[in-house]
Amino acid sequence: MGPLITFYALALLAIVSAAITAFSRNIVHSAFALFGALAGVAGIYVLLGADFLFIIQIFIYIGGILVVTIFAVMLTQGIADVNVSNRAVGVLPALVTAGVAGGVMFYAIIHSSWYHARPGSATPTTYWIGDAFLGPYVLPFEVASLVLLAALIGAIVISRQEVRE
Amino acid sequence: MYADYGVPLALVIIGLLFMAAMMGLQKLLAPTNPFRRKLMPYECGEPPTGSAWINFNVRFYLIALVFVIFEVEVAFIYPVATVYLDWIRRGQRWFALSELLIFLFILFVGLVYVWVKRDLEWIKRIPDQDSVN
Repeated sequence: MGPLITFYALALLAIVSAAITAFSRNIVHSAFALFGALAGVAGIYVLLGADFLFIIQIFIYIGGILVVTIFAVMLTQGIADVNVSNRAVGVLPALVTAGVAGGVMFYAIIHSSWYHARPGSATPTTYWIGDAFLGPYVLPFEVASLVLLAALIGAIVISRQEVRE
Repeated sequence: MYADYGVPLALVIIGLLFMAAMMGLQKLLAPTNPFRRKLMPYECGEPPTGSAWINFNVRFYLIALVFVIFEVEVAFIYPVATVYLDWIRRGQRWFALSELLIFLFILFVGLVYVWVKRDLEWIKRIPDQDSVN
């Protein structure tokens, strides 16, 4: 019962925050509302027994990506013009696209035969992730480093041009 | 395991309730007598000018980008660090160490790159750096 209430509270937090992010007219409020959405998802990771993902969600998404997003918002020209900064454009195409995508997903949810697993023992996962990084997944582990290097250099080169201009 | 998260969750909830109670109490009890100078933010005795919503220096953004990349690096290193001692006990010390060092070296190249290209310097001499266009 406890986990169920917690799940619905967290889902409500995530969905309401995501709605504020999407619908707020003020881009600064959108950026800060993203915190609730990411934190709600982090809490749902706990309920799924994914403790490492939980801490990474807080560490990377809330501690890193959100800060970068807020910096990007703070760098935006005319953030004080609250009425025009986050205007909804293209409402009709968006409604059609979201309606079709949502319809397909809803159909899939209704008509799939879901595999019902018993609640797991929820043991700490970090040890096994580390073991896999040195064992069968050693190559992806090293390649991830290369991907990060490419991301670092690419992001710096692109944003450096922005700084110079 | 949920019980382990119960205590932090309870702390978060109690913290939020406590904050809400304090804010609500002062709304109820405190006399409200606002005037212009009282509402002004205290800025070392100087009257503040302009809006608080200003454009930040773009340098913050570059630093934050570099920070995120190395934060992800830490996220990859951490699980390996938890098993490292067991790999030493299993006699695979040099394998584990070299894997970690290769991983760190590749990203060290990135650090050297941004360092040499002077992207980490707080004040970079670029023409008209205060305008963000």
